[in-house]
Amino acid sequence: MKENAVLELRNICKSFPGVKALQNVDFTLCEGEIHALMGENGAGKSTLIKVLTGVYPKDSGTITMKGFDKPLNIKSPQDAQNVGISTVYQEISLCPNLSVAENIYIGRQKGSVLSWKKMNEEAQKVLDSLGIAVKPTQQLASCSIAVQQMVAIARAVDMQCKVLILDEPTSSLDENEVEKLFVLMRNLKARGVGIIFVTHFLDQVYEVCDKITVLRDGTLVGEYTISELPRVQLVSKMLGKELDDLSDIKGDAAVFVADENVPPVFEAKGLYSDADIKPIDFTIHKGEVNGFAGLLGSGRSECVRAIFAADKVLGGEVKMHGKPVKITKPIDAMKNGIAYLSEDRKRDGIVGDLSVRDNIILAMQVKEGLFKPISKAKATEYANKYIELLDIKTASVNTPIKSLSGGNQQKVLLGRWLLTNPEYLILDEPTRGIDVGTKVDIQKLVLKLASEGMSVTFISSETDEMLRTCSRLVVMRDRKAVGELSGEELSQNMIMNTIAGGEANGTD
Amino acid sequence: MAQIKTAKTNPVSEFFSKLFRNQIFIPIAALLLLAIFNLIADPSFFKITLGYSSDGNPVLSGYIMTILDYGSELAILAIGMTLVTAASGGQDISVGAAIAISGSVVLRVLCGTDSRPETLQAPIIVAFLVSCLVAMAFGAFNGTLVAYFKIQPMVATLILFTAGRSIAAWINNNELPIVSDKVFSYFGGFLPGIPIPTSFFIAVACMIITALVFKFTSLGLYIQSVGINQNSSRLNGLNPEFIKFITYVILGFFVAVAGFIKVSRLSTINYSVVAKDIEMDAILAVALGGNALSGGKFNIGASVLGAYVIQFLTTTLYKLEVSSEALSAYKAIVVIILVVMSAPIVREKLAALIKKIKASSAAKSAN
Repeated sequence: MKENAVLELRNICKSFPGVKALQNVDFTLCEGEIHALMGENGAGKSTLIKVLTGVYPKDSGTITMKGFDKPLNIKSPQDAQNVGISTVYQEISLCPNLSVAENIYIGRQKGSVLSWKKMNEEAQKVLDSLGIAVKPTQQLASCSIAVQQMVAIARAVDMQCKVLILDEPTSSLDENEVEKLFVLMRNLKARGVGIIFVTHFLDQVYEVCDKITVLRDGTLVGEYTISELPRVQLVSKMLGKELDDLSDIKGDAAVFVADENVPPVFEAKGLYSDADIKPIDFTIHKGEVNGFAGLLGSGRSECVRAIFAADKVLGGEVKMHGKPVKITKPIDAMKNGIAYLSEDRKRDGIVGDLSVRDNIILAMQVKEGLFKPISKAKATEYANKYIELLDIKTASVNTPIKSLSGGNQQKVLLGRWLLTNPEYLILDEPTRGIDVGTKVDIQKLVLKLASEGMSVTFISSETDEMLRTCSRLVVMRDRKAVGELSGEELSQNMIMNTIAGGEANGTD
Repeated sequence: MAQIKTAKTNPVSEFFSKLFRNQIFIPIAALLLLAIFNLIADPSFFKITLGYSSDGNPVLSGYIMTILDYGSELAILAIGMTLVTAASGGQDISVGAAIAISGSVVLRVLCGTDSRPETLQAPIIVAFLVSCLVAMAFGAFNGTLVAYFKIQPMVATLILFTAGRSIAAWINNNELPIVSDKVFSYFGGFLPGIPIPTSFFIAVACMIITALVFKFTSLGLYIQSVGINQNSSRLNGLNPEFIKFITYVILGFFVAVAGFIKVSRLSTINYSVVAKDIEMDAILAVALGGNALSGGKFNIGASVLGAYVIQFLTTTLYKLEVSSEALSAYKAIVVIILVVMSAPIVREKLAALIKKIKASSAAKSAN
């Protein structure tokens, strides 16, 4: 083991049916170090953490820790805690109706007699030592989210932990609260605790971390110290595009020129929702394809959700064809000719037990209304039309959608929205988790629809796809729009620079 | 082995495997079991005799007629309960208490201020419509708690379950009004010249109305969609809260119909015992019909059949002279068997077992 390393993972491999989630990943954590674990969706961050904490068994590889002669065999989260690895998850997994002290000590009292006084005293000590300003007797639910998060950390730290894993702890905190959390993290760092910090916020990484390990597609990209990896390099490593020798893929799509005399199909000014995004301005013209670029968690999905009123819209003006419209719930958007294919297919898209046919006609039926039911014959006709058009592989129109593969489910949902004959189609990650052939099909379809006059917003984690299809990109960082690229500016380099922001300008 | 399986698709086994998978299989199987049991125990169970009522009207009687008569009330409730279950993933346990309320309203309107009126104080149809309004208003109360306040259905309806019978007593100043009108007694008894219980025709009418509503609106699709995936439903433009709410109002209507039959049958009402525990039978009918109690897809026909099966069971137990106190214990046994059989984990095990047996027999025949 390396000197002063507290935790070493070597050649970790983990496969799930059909996916190699981790391939020979190495990871080293030193004492008193805050180490960022970075990567886009599906890079293997959470799998690595779950292997480390015993949630998933590893297929191969070794985990060694300081103070243990032999490699560890961590079989359960309990095992992980016993050797001194504690985890604090994004969602707080404490009991809101118990007191702070009870939450710190629950399940850990030794012996059968519990001294409340002693427990509260000890809890006070722990809280004081970490600088958390809260009374041990206070009910957890009455504390702010940040304090709850810190109590979770206090609980973790009090278990004599040597390694603390923070899995996106900041995503529900505001700036002040994040600052408090950082003070706590530095405090722990000074005590020699090694911290693994998983986050999507680049600013936070550069503010608080010492080292960065980047994963991509289940493999290790590398380990870097903060000073040797400028932001734009980090973004390029996460996305897997080398910055320097990148042959700029200029979109095949022709440069789009909007007719100035025709008002845009959709126009938003200062639109924002309760999903914590800064107000955005956004327009799209007839036949245009544009997109929102940005890392995961940058707010790109939240923007389109605000357009469709999928989240509660809190403010902003919306116009369609130059006329002000009021869109407060999805049905309003649908009636105005907007369709939205949601990002989370399973949670927000499919209606699992219903047949392919019912899933295809659902949006159309809702738009038609309660008293104009689509007859079974007509519904079958519609379903068959889109099964053929989109080449959906299903046993029949009666098959429940949940038994279809991911790509085919996605096509069914695409069919559902195309059936409503929208003027403006929003596709949020339509190509995630589906095979390459289908991805290309969907991109072609998008361009075809646009050439027929439909306006399309296309969001994808894969920048290539957006460059190939979009003629304009809104770049998002930390929940606000930080730039808009079109024409000559549409290149991997520019996108990455804009995403990275900050000090990155010189590299282009 | 796989080749053997694909090569031999026995049409008979194909038919049975299709039947097993069909939702309606469970109530039909239960019905057959009960029928066979009664045939063996005492075939006179199925005897139907034609008699004459005191008015000289032809009347069929026998256990089967009892099942048709009382099962119909349950079937009417089961329709509404199925919809509530499908949309909200929970059940309304206040239907018994709500029947007491709507029944009291019927009597109150018919009797006016006098508890033993010589003549009816209002037309029967008016009494029925008023009771519908009241029952639907209480349904709306339940629906609001469930859909908008997001209270668990059982907890939300517990309120009316607890308070309902007191409200019913209050409606008639705690008196027991008696209506001695011949026409009024038709609805829970027999129409002149027709020897089959009227309640059966009312149940059929309810089913036809329901079928028509589902044919001429897309409510069925909406309810299922909301019950299966509320998020998706909302993003497809539905208002999941309203859909849930409306199912409770619809159940309110069916409660009024069942309550109307009840008071017509008895000419009076006993607040504390009328339709007692009927909510459990109605929920059981939904479960017996193979509908998931957690909501989603539903089959009203199966629930209705389930309701008659439950009445069949109850009547069988009565015939065997099981006392009414012990009845619930026997029913509980049946419920346990049903619930365990329909639990996914048991079904998976059973399916695996059947597969194994098939595979081994296929292997044998191949050798």
